Amino acid sequence: MKWVLIGIIVASTTVGEVLQALGMRRNGEIRDFRPGALGRLLAVLSRNWYVVASVVAMAVSFFAYLGLLTVAELSFAVPVTAITYVLETVLAKYVLQERVSWLRWAGASLVICGVALVSL
Amino acid sequence: MTSESARLRWKTWGCSALVVISNVTGNFFLKRGMPAELATPAAYITVLFRPMVTLGVLLLILWLASRMALLSWADLSYILPVTSVGYVLVALAGRFLLNEQISDKRWLGIGLIMAGVALVSGGTAPQTTQPAKPRAAGAAK
Repeated sequence: MKWVLIGIIVASTTVGEVLQALGMRRNGEIRDFRPGALGRLLAVLSRNWYVVASVVAMAVSFFAYLGLLTVAELSFAVPVTAITYVLETVLAKYVLQERVSWLRWAGASLVICGVALVSL
Repeated sequence: MTSESARLRWKTWGCSALVVISNVTGNFFLKRGMPAELATPAAYITVLFRPMVTLGVLLLILWLASRMALLSWADLSYILPVTSVGYVLVALAGRFLLNEQISDKRWLGIGLIMAGVALVSGGTAPQTTQPAKPRAAGAAK
């Protein structure tokens, strides 16, 4: 059960966050943060299928995480789900076409080791 | 640094701070409010109406919104390491608010995370891809 939940969490988080990045990139930089503009933005984003799919995936991830916390300790759940950092950085390079410099790879690697040490 | 890249960097840091704070406080209230177990599928829904859980969920909605705003201009491979500073805040909050002990291993982890955040936020620009062309209806002008 534990490992099934972890599989669901890792897959849905990775897919959800990459779709979120894809959807928001298509929207373009948000420059106007006044309430009326944010309301119109919400209407636009609700028709952006990348964003809608990402919210669904992240909701799946959220409920699976709630479920995991009832059967596993935080000190287990947090480092295991940090695997999404690796997957998402790889997808950022190949799917989102970001220029991931060696500084970013180094930074992401340090963060993953750090997260494991902090939470184990 | 040109004024455009300086503007983007300050905007990125401000929005990243909001992402981190809403995530840390949201998860805190969620954990405080969660019962020991969720026995039935319906329990996953009714638990949302506990005040602590509701507050946590509202903060996590703010987290989702601020993260989406941040991703509208910043790279995913930039914000992943940078927003992980939240793990450090959680550990430090435990130390200074709840008087928990932080082991040498955890201090080392905190140091590694901060080094990673410093490398990425100090050494790389938030945006490496061309900004999307604002579309007629989709652009937030």
